[in-house]
Amino acid sequence: MKQTETKSFEGNMTTTVAAKTLSIDGREVPFNGERNLLELIRKAGIDLPTFCYHSELSVYGACRLCLVDIQGRGIQGACSTPPEAGLKVRTQTEEIREIRKIAIELLLANHDQQCPTCPKSSSCQLQDVARKLGIRKVRFKPVHQPEELDFSSVSLVRDPNKCVLCGDCVRFCSEIQGIGAIDFAYRGHEAAVLPAFGKGLGEGECINCGQCAAVCPTGALTPRPEVDEVWRALNDPVKTVVAQIAPAVRVAIGEAFGLAPGMSASGQIVAALKRLGFDKVYDTAFSADLTVVEEANEFLKRKAKGEKLPQFTSCCPGWVKFAEQYFPDLLPNLSTCKSPQQMLGAVCKATLPGEMGIPKENLVMVSIMPCTAKKFEAMRPEFAEGGVPEVDHVLTTQELARMIEEAGFRFKELEPESFDMPLGFKTGAGVIFGNSGGVSEAVLRYAAEAVTGRKLESPDFPSVRGEDGTRFATVALDGVQLKLAVVHGLKNARALAEKVRRGECELDLIEVMACPGGCIGGAGQPVSRERDVKRLRTRGLYDADKHLDLHKSQENHHVTEMYQKYLGEIGGRKAHHLLHRQYQNRRRIADERLVFGDGPEGAKLKVSVCAGTNCFLKGSQEVIRDVLHCVDAEQLQDQVEVSASFCFEKCDQSPTVRVDGQQIQHCTGQKACAAMRERLKTKIASE
Amino acid sequence: MSAQTLSITNGNNGHAAQRRVIVCAGTGCVASGSYKVFQALVEQVRAAGIAVSTEFRPEDKSGAMRLNKSGCQGFCQMGPLVTVLPENLLYNKVRVEDVAEIVSETLVAGRVVDRLLYVDSTTKKHCRGVAEIPFYQRQQRFVLRSCGTIDPECIEEYVHQGGYAAAKKAFLQMTPEQICQEITRSGLRGRGGGGFPTGRKWEAARMQPEGKKYVICNADEGDPGAFMNRSVMEGNPHSVLEGLMIAARAIGADETLIYVRTEYPLAVQRMRTAVKDAEARGFLGASAFGSGRPLRCEVMEGAGAFVCGEETAMIASIEGQRGMPRPKPPFPAQSGLWGKPTIINNVETLAHAVRIINEGAEQFRKLGTAASPGTKTFALTGHVANTGLVEVPFGTTLREVVFDVGGGITDRRGKVTRDGFKAVQIGGPSGGCLTRAHFDLPLDYDSLRGAGAMVGSGGLVAMNNKTCMVAIARFFMDFTQRESCGKCVLCREGTRQMLALLDDIIEGRATGETLELLQKLASAVQKGSLCGLGKTAPNPVLSTLRHFREEYDAHVFHNHCPAGQCKALAKPSIDPARCKGCTACAKKCPVHAITGERKQPHTIDQALCIKCGVCADTCKFEAVIGV
Repeated sequence: MKQTETKSFEGNMTTTVAAKTLSIDGREVPFNGERNLLELIRKAGIDLPTFCYHSELSVYGACRLCLVDIQGRGIQGACSTPPEAGLKVRTQTEEIREIRKIAIELLLANHDQQCPTCPKSSSCQLQDVARKLGIRKVRFKPVHQPEELDFSSVSLVRDPNKCVLCGDCVRFCSEIQGIGAIDFAYRGHEAAVLPAFGKGLGEGECINCGQCAAVCPTGALTPRPEVDEVWRALNDPVKTVVAQIAPAVRVAIGEAFGLAPGMSASGQIVAALKRLGFDKVYDTAFSADLTVVEEANEFLKRKAKGEKLPQFTSCCPGWVKFAEQYFPDLLPNLSTCKSPQQMLGAVCKATLPGEMGIPKENLVMVSIMPCTAKKFEAMRPEFAEGGVPEVDHVLTTQELARMIEEAGFRFKELEPESFDMPLGFKTGAGVIFGNSGGVSEAVLRYAAEAVTGRKLESPDFPSVRGEDGTRFATVALDGVQLKLAVVHGLKNARALAEKVRRGECELDLIEVMACPGGCIGGAGQPVSRERDVKRLRTRGLYDADKHLDLHKSQENHHVTEMYQKYLGEIGGRKAHHLLHRQYQNRRRIADERLVFGDGPEGAKLKVSVCAGTNCFLKGSQEVIRDVLHCVDAEQLQDQVEVSASFCFEKCDQSPTVRVDGQQIQHCTGQKACAAMRERLKTKIASE
Repeated sequence: MSAQTLSITNGNNGHAAQRRVIVCAGTGCVASGSYKVFQALVEQVRAAGIAVSTEFRPEDKSGAMRLNKSGCQGFCQMGPLVTVLPENLLYNKVRVEDVAEIVSETLVAGRVVDRLLYVDSTTKKHCRGVAEIPFYQRQQRFVLRSCGTIDPECIEEYVHQGGYAAAKKAFLQMTPEQICQEITRSGLRGRGGGGFPTGRKWEAARMQPEGKKYVICNADEGDPGAFMNRSVMEGNPHSVLEGLMIAARAIGADETLIYVRTEYPLAVQRMRTAVKDAEARGFLGASAFGSGRPLRCEVMEGAGAFVCGEETAMIASIEGQRGMPRPKPPFPAQSGLWGKPTIINNVETLAHAVRIINEGAEQFRKLGTAASPGTKTFALTGHVANTGLVEVPFGTTLREVVFDVGGGITDRRGKVTRDGFKAVQIGGPSGGCLTRAHFDLPLDYDSLRGAGAMVGSGGLVAMNNKTCMVAIARFFMDFTQRESCGKCVLCREGTRQMLALLDDIIEGRATGETLELLQKLASAVQKGSLCGLGKTAPNPVLSTLRHFREEYDAHVFHNHCPAGQCKALAKPSIDPARCKGCTACAKKCPVHAITGERKQPHTIDQALCIKCGVCADTCKFEAVIGV
């Protein structure tokens, strides 16, 4: 496990002796380990504009805004040039200024320019760069053709009219999340970013994490708003509207109002929500405590029995859909606990109508989340009882900020107010759910006392904290060893889940968060240009934990009371009914093969040819033809089943064929037929 | 049959042993029916009782006549071509109906069929064969040497002619360092367009730590009108494969790929056959030439995008990704296919490597110039008498290529004219224009770059003075804006806007500002684009602006297209001095805009005229002007 360093850049610079230097606009700048000139230029305090550069993504080089003039080499992209000692770099020559202006004008000429009605207005980078470059007129012909918006997703809106084709969304989805729900299609000026087969975003493999929207410089991808629905409920005298606020929201919403990232603003949020007309304001951290109790118990039971391990957490709806799509075989390993959002929704809908004396359908639960996938989660049929959803609306942090702006409240000046009890009461364990490693730590705080029967001296488990995408920790509790892994970013999750699937790692508990950093890095959070924003938000949550009196979920007496009053035993029948769910296999095509011929019953041998793009291009079609021909010619129809399959993901060895499960690389028809005959012979001989 | 008959027999009847008839089966000749001609020849020769073999049998001493198909012989304009050896007769435009005469006259009676010979347009002389045809005389066929004689689908013949000796030498007698040194010493530069020194490229990949490495043969020839690589692959596929094997040995790669344009089915098929035959002989496989070193080769069809000829886009395409270039560095020699060191060489570059290893760097340097040694193939097209595939040493002048090899400029009716030359576009959509002022410019990498053009892959389009240079710039811009991959802003949107600006000029909507903006935009796209395609896309615009500025000005400021090609600007009128009043144009005019008395000068009613240009095409006296 790696401990993260938080040394500042300046500190690094002064301690480096005899650093190599290069010249940027006439000033010597030392460099040490920067991956490219752009990083160095920005560290030197020059904020070159870019659309397509993100430090966590691969270098793309498409926006052509970070161009610099390097003496002797001419104009180069700063993002793709490694620093070298002695380079003379200029960032603002007349030539470069003109090229940058032309690039922006070209984009604007193919942009709908309906800026005032764009959800990204005022936080749009295209707008920002155009303003900074002083563009007053677009010299080129308007060539933009209006295109329809994609409303198929419950979490996101895709507006192709705003797209500048920087590819940030595409790369985030494939490089960080390992999904590739969207990609480029078509060529030249017809190029577009589209979900597979031009379908809607909601119809494909998108897991709704919304990170594409978080990195989108314009309004081409934005969280799908539910602000109007919430206003309507608030203005409806019949409705009782209650809110729940996720932990990560409180350390980020202030950014929308000029507060520093990580500054906890829960008091102001409660005050704002009360003024907006919410009847009750609860804390999702309460139900996070509830989740800890249920999930830790479930885990300890599994651990004792040694079954369904490792247990995966299930509080991240992005990860849950991901697991349903790609790891249906591991679904039994997911904790059956609902997420804190759904637990609080379920508890409210079950208890409040009775307590308040109102009909169930008049209770509206609005959750304020850092997350776009929560919108999808709230709409899942699993989370509705008799057609009444546990959570009616999900607002992102951004949407709440907008409602506060619309209402005209001066956020910073609001007198802080307190959450409503009892569902507003939480321990620090519930609060740290909002960052990567938090769930694990909260569960450990519970499990440690449950296993040892002793009170923990310090609630902190620093071994699960950190920023690495995959972290491992082992905790010894009176002879019981708990092996944990914490992953964030679904590509990391995929790699680990594949190891689990292959039985290559021995683990007890795996915490998965789809978004890098956990919920504090969710796509519903305010878009920030600050460098350390995730780190500061995380620190804000750990600080909040420190400032609370209680740090362990089992110390939340309101949770205990909840069990006594409503839920009965921990993990018991009633609790299970209200707080647990199981998930479904969502694999697009469960049996992803196309069998040729009649598909003989009890065929001795299965020959499967990869028909993925790469294998297809390298002649898998001919292989299939040859194999079928051979089967016909040698009358093997009853003994061999030939099928074409989707990608085997062995593209570097294409075409690939599996004969009786054995893989043949760089296969030809001849090779496949020979292997087929061979296997058949040995099979018959062994019979 | 001509009255004049030349005797080609040499005394006795015993020359049958050397007798060989070769039918060109390059794409051009195949399209004009050479397969049928070949079939007819086989049948009729047999019917005439002549022993004939269509296979290569060096040990066969029976004296049977050999009949084979070859790759492109280059003289595509005159196809289908039939060569008769040993007399080296070249019959052109041979149809199935001519076969009987060839068999009875030439093959049986030993006489020349005069009417099937090429007639030199200037001297009116009947040229018996390659040696007498000016098109071939000025060429130095180095890479194309065996194209047009050898049977491309016969590895035995290639081996018999000394084929695979270089690759064998590379694998068994030379170290990778030695190969790289030899190539570096030869001064060979990439024939695909950039002209990067091949030896340096190989050396860079060789220096990478040992492990998996790849060599890719770039056969994704995409320039409109270019067919050099196709011809080499179709005509002598083994030379390409052998070069690829040498490159693999030079950098220590055990896997090679040939990425062929999918629109080249014949080349794909011939390369696949070549690979299969080389595998069967043990040249490729677990132990190449018994060296103990494995070497694999795979032929892969491209995905149909022009940009896939760019090396990083090609790598993406091979990996099954969308064909889009990525920024360099890292260069493919450091991190290429599947993240491994990879070199990508053009078909022609690889074919050159074979002869360099065989004959040595010094021999190679004897041709061409000091900085651009060797020869270069060009696809000569456009308004020249002889279109086709030519190979000349670097340093040959434009004049020699256009007039001596190309046979001069033709007018709109296809006749050779004396003063018809206007320009050549060299290097395809990434290249530029050369003018009369460049007649004596030696064609080599550096001179062309200096003149704002480039060797490119070798497309060479000649244009007569009825060609509007703005329209030419537009033609290429239309191509590149469609073929842009859409990745970087400057290329994707810039090419489209350049096209729009050119349209404004051609359609009479432009002002001085249009020209200024076009110049600025073109220069921004050239300097700022991500990949080679974008960086060179504005070249046709910039080079026509540089050499034919007055033509742009005429369009913009005088609403006039000097070549009369731009319809929107055309103001067709009839020159009364030349009009004979023959009424031919009036009869052809689809809108009856032309009126006039017989034998009196006619006039065009501008209000009715749709500027279709039929009148100008019809007039025998060149009296219709301004269209």
